[in-house]
Amino acid sequence: MLSRVGNSIYWLGRYLERAENYARFLDVNFNLMLDLPQDLKAQWEPLVYATGDHELYLKKSNQFDRKSVIYFLTFDEDNPNSIFSSISYARENARVIRENLTKETWEKLNELYHFVKKRAEKKELGKEDPRVFFESIKNQILLLYGLADSTVARTEGWHFRQLGMFLERADKTSRMVDVKYHMLLPSPNWVGTPLDFLHWTALLKSVTAFNTYRRLYGNIEPSAVVEFLLLNKFFPRSVFFCIKEAERCLHNISGNKETGFRNSAEKSVGELRSKLEFTDVEEIIEVGLHEYIDQLQIKINQISNRINDNFFQIKDNFSIQNSVQE
Amino acid sequence: MDTNLYHPKGFYDEMFSSDGACRPHYCDFLEILKKTSAKKMAHLQHSANKTQVAMGMTFNVYHDNQGVEKILHLDIVPRIIAHAEWKHLEAGLKQRIYALNLFIHDMYNDQKALKDKIIPKDLILGSKDYLKACQGLIPPKDIWCHITGTDLVKDKDGEYYILEDNLRCPSGVSYMLESREIIKTAYPDLFNKLGVMPVSDYPAKLLKMLQFISNKDRPVVGVLTPGIYNSAYFEHSYLALQMGVELVSGVDLITKGKKVYMQTTKGLEQIDVLYRRIDDTFLDPLTFNPHSLLGVPGIFEAYKAGNIALANAPGTGIADDKAVYAYVPRLIKYYLGEEPILNNVPTYLCREEKDRQYVLDHIEDLVVKETNAAGGYGMLIGPKSTQEEHAKFRQLIKDNPTNYIAQPTLSLSTVPTWTEDGLEPRHVDLRPYILYGEDIEVIPGALTRVALKKGSLVVNSSQGGGSKDTWVLYSDEGNTPSI
Repeated sequence: MLSRVGNSIYWLGRYLERAENYARFLDVNFNLMLDLPQDLKAQWEPLVYATGDHELYLKKSNQFDRKSVIYFLTFDEDNPNSIFSSISYARENARVIRENLTKETWEKLNELYHFVKKRAEKKELGKEDPRVFFESIKNQILLLYGLADSTVARTEGWHFRQLGMFLERADKTSRMVDVKYHMLLPSPNWVGTPLDFLHWTALLKSVTAFNTYRRLYGNIEPSAVVEFLLLNKFFPRSVFFCIKEAERCLHNISGNKETGFRNSAEKSVGELRSKLEFTDVEEIIEVGLHEYIDQLQIKINQISNRINDNFFQIKDNFSIQNSVQE
Repeated sequence: MDTNLYHPKGFYDEMFSSDGACRPHYCDFLEILKKTSAKKMAHLQHSANKTQVAMGMTFNVYHDNQGVEKILHLDIVPRIIAHAEWKHLEAGLKQRIYALNLFIHDMYNDQKALKDKIIPKDLILGSKDYLKACQGLIPPKDIWCHITGTDLVKDKDGEYYILEDNLRCPSGVSYMLESREIIKTAYPDLFNKLGVMPVSDYPAKLLKMLQFISNKDRPVVGVLTPGIYNSAYFEHSYLALQMGVELVSGVDLITKGKKVYMQTTKGLEQIDVLYRRIDDTFLDPLTFNPHSLLGVPGIFEAYKAGNIALANAPGTGIADDKAVYAYVPRLIKYYLGEEPILNNVPTYLCREEKDRQYVLDHIEDLVVKETNAAGGYGMLIGPKSTQEEHAKFRQLIKDNPTNYIAQPTLSLSTVPTWTEDGLEPRHVDLRPYILYGEDIEVIPGALTRVALKKGSLVVNSSQGGGSKDTWVLYSDEGNTPSI
């Protein structure tokens, strides 16, 4: 597979997953705010902090009201990570490598792009319940995954796309957990109250993990939720699960049937997988959840850079070309 | 729908003769039209447009702020060509391509036609399309023009005239193929009934031809594109997909030891054949335009060494210069010893004094074209222009006569076309595609371009033209022959 094509497929996977995760964040936060006691202000600021784009946001506005935050995360073209930007980039990557996609995948993605673009042109969701819109985005992206699942050959391209998807998902799940850090309780005395409970529940719902969590762990306990979302071996959106799958993708790409590594990307993903595999949640709490997640995200970025170095760097005859996506 | 309301207005109409009778090869289609309501037609047109957007069947328009992607409007009324008429066209096109290929070969090798004064030396050797780097070159299997899209029009006498030979990177074939798929859904019953020849095997034929020009048994083939911002990117990607080959751009390729390699996730892989959709002069900055960032440095050396085959061969542009065009009938006679089967449009060469004087005297009746412009730019349509414009072009011609040719204005034939006012005659041209591999093959279909503006003669997509699906019939007896 051409390096340039591999690069585009990898990023196609990342951007699609990013758009879907943003739709989840927003959907769940919207729901959560409906449940808040009347005297508490709605909290939209934590979402912006968790996405890591608060600096950009503050350049545009210092009000973290519902409308501005939803606009920023959904439609704002200046925000490179907004849903609209992510879907536009996903489609642009798809357009460049269209000959590598199935007809159905391309047409469905193109349709999704036009769907979001039409709304983006209106600049806001208006009177419509935004949850309907977010639901639709999630469903369309899940449909794309389903289409790919049953039509795409399990060759290199498939593994690069899965790799992008799983790394992005690991990053976004960790960011969701981090929302809780930013989500302020009125005072420390509120820990363990129904409001705290609501927050943790919302967090689980944002990654569609609520029912599974209940069945596996029972009571809503902060440390159990953290363990579930970061370390669980079986849940497909836990950070560990995603990193393990990413490692598998890299092994499929290099043809590495053994454990260990054949290149620096496999090495760094293997290191992280093994650390997560043998970590107890108590150790995480000890380091500090927010601090731990910061470190985790740095490592995920490193893995992505190593993937770029190993597979996507092309020697231009004119100059060295680097991936400009992030 | 009441088709009696349709009037060809004094032009040659492909469907109706001047007395209003339906031409025989269109009769079955007319029956369908009569049974179709205007509402249904509008609906068919609407869904055709929607399908094009959904498929991302778009082209880019330069200098247009309305967003870069546009669809090429596809009219739902097909252009139908009778079998016998097609056979005539086919024979004429084959003859022309044989002759042009010999001509290109001659120009870069023995230059017999120059020595025999069939065509002026300075016209060829002074042209910017003449690539000195190709002198003495013999391309694989002696083929230069592997893919051609020839433009033809029909005048009021009902005769075809060759308008232009496109031997560089003719585009539009993907529209021919995709339009057929869309139109098939609009008239599901008709194709079999009429016996419309299929075009869908074009990519397979193209691939076979590309493999043929390599010396290897299982050559690695690719399509070379300038990239996503090129107006024909959709087509490049479409053809690569349909052939199942890599779509590469300059940055994907690297040359080493006079061989060309693709940069893959597993390292370098040699590539043997490129269907290049980059202009000659951008192909290799080491040989041609040193400022080009699109091409592959060193690819021309690899080509000369026989390590990669290129289609079309570099240098073919010399044969589709608008001034050379005027000599093609003579070239056919010279190289093949045959009378041309298809006519040229009579052409006045401003470089020749007698012709120039005629053009200056009759500019208001003529179409003046720049010899090296494309896309309907740099031309004057005499009868539709003002006196100031006439004066301006007279001066342009006097200042630089070799840069201009002129032709009488033709009354392009019309085909019924679906418009806001129902069925209306609109002018069309015809671009069939010809492949030259083991033999020459004319694909039984074409891109029919249609001038959508009422009365307009300009069919270029960049100037508000649209397209029609083109149906070539298996036979004129109304039956599909048993195969």
